[in-house]
Amino acid sequence: MNDAARDMQDLYRELVIDHSRNPRHFGRLENATHTADGINPLCGDKLRLYFRVGAGGRIESSSFEGSGCAISIASASLLTEAVTGLEVDDAKHCSSTVTSRLTTAMPYADLDARLENLKALDGVRAYPSRVKCATLAWHALHAALSNDMKPATTE
Amino acid sequence: MGAVAKTVTATDWRADFPALDQSVHGQALIYLDSAASAQQPAAVIDAVARYQREDHANVHRGVHTLSHRATEAYEGARDKIRGFINAKSRSEIVLTSGTTESINLVAQSFCRPRLQPGDKILITHLEHHANIVPWQLVCEQTGAELIVAPINERGEVELDSLLDLIDDRVFLIGMAHVANALGTVCPVEKVIEHARQRGIPVLIDGAQGVPHLDVDVQALDCDFYAFSGHKMFGPTGTGVLYGREAILDAMPPWQGGGDMILEVSFDKTIYNELPYKFEAGTPNISGVVGLGAAVDYLQSIGMPTIARYEQELHDHMVARLKNVDGMRLIGEARHKASVQSFLLDDIHSHDLGTILDHQGVAIRTGHHCAMPVMQFFGVPGTCRASLAFYNNRDDIEQLVAALEKARELFA
Repeated sequence: MNDAARDMQDLYRELVIDHSRNPRHFGRLENATHTADGINPLCGDKLRLYFRVGAGGRIESSSFEGSGCAISIASASLLTEAVTGLEVDDAKHCSSTVTSRLTTAMPYADLDARLENLKALDGVRAYPSRVKCATLAWHALHAALSNDMKPATTE
Repeated sequence: MGAVAKTVTATDWRADFPALDQSVHGQALIYLDSAASAQQPAAVIDAVARYQREDHANVHRGVHTLSHRATEAYEGARDKIRGFINAKSRSEIVLTSGTTESINLVAQSFCRPRLQPGDKILITHLEHHANIVPWQLVCEQTGAELIVAPINERGEVELDSLLDLIDDRVFLIGMAHVANALGTVCPVEKVIEHARQRGIPVLIDGAQGVPHLDVDVQALDCDFYAFSGHKMFGPTGTGVLYGREAILDAMPPWQGGGDMILEVSFDKTIYNELPYKFEAGTPNISGVVGLGAAVDYLQSIGMPTIARYEQELHDHMVARLKNVDGMRLIGEARHKASVQSFLLDDIHSHDLGTILDHQGVAIRTGHHCAMPVMQFFGVPGTCRASLAFYNNRDDIEQLVAALEKARELFA
């Protein structure tokens, strides 16, 4: 395998392909308490995220719907797995952690065990034009939990 | 020139383009995105550099030697462009920043003062945003209506349906010569013929026409023809609006400023003659010099030669792509130039674009600034491979091999 092929497999890791092909928690969430859209106008990626936050401030369930490239769909799917069960503030913290992990040239930020799977997205750091695909869902998560009704965009 | 060029191979032409001789991600670059922006031959790059090094000054202003040289170079390019599209007079060649500005100029300077509520601007479903949005703006400003001629499943404008839409309220027809997203060559001659009979002006968006076809505006008999320098192997930020002289004469200026005036006082300004009336301010002199060099270069090969070579290569590309498993071609017009849009299995166009880039193959992905076309086919975007005469059959094989690899990765 040459370097180019290896790089490609680093971007499209098995977990990413799997989540893009079989997205988890895909569809509308009835009785959602928080929702936000994520739009990437350049690519045409469109996501809508739903969260049901219980009285105690914990995310009881999450889902998403929409269309986009493999990276954006896999990222949203991984997100729903990662943040369900978290306190709202912890989920927002996850959003910042993941976003900075994907966008900064610094050494990878630490991820706690429940975010382990998100390391599958690390390959996008080598593709500046694709980072936005991976961060889109996380911007939308932050917007939804901040009760910001404006769609999150990558611009 | 055509006779000489017949013996020239694509490999010879490719060597004229320095940017094509490089590797990306360790693979030889295969550039299949000329419809977005074409590469420039050394002749263009050198002409711009020589102008900047030796001749630069402002145009139409000074009595000194450099200003004279700059003016000669700039106006010389205008003459070359006139010859390239066979306009009757150099007064009909307005230099702009590109197709987008050319069309906005017509919308604002020709249409806006004349449009009445209830008038119509007729375009087609194939247009890119530069031939949609300027008309929407002027319709909002005047109460006119934008109407759209339909296309069929092959991505062709339905001529009869378009002609049926023409009535006494149609003020202007704007349509692409070659559609950018699908490569459809549109029946502009027939539309112009009908429009002329009814006295309706026609603007042809030639952004994808001039790089691939032998364009003769007098033979076409259109009223306006708009195109960009960077899609015909010239610098970005250059473009042309051809306009029939009598029409341009009757239009007010587009922007105010220096160069477009004969005499200015605070009471009254007398506008300059054509085409300077439409060229306010210091223009993109070096870019236009480069555009002139691009015209020289294209004419040294000959547009009929280019058109013939590209047509053969395009048909070969389409035949090869059809043989790729999981291929869905978008746009299968009977008359096409240079471009093929497609989707592969259910792989998103951006994923495919990234995978191909990694194998050195540059294609365009997404909506190609033609969202209504994407909506027609019910897709968010497509992959688009577009050819120029510097491409060859090996490039097509590399594209096909890269697509096969993408299928393996997503299998």
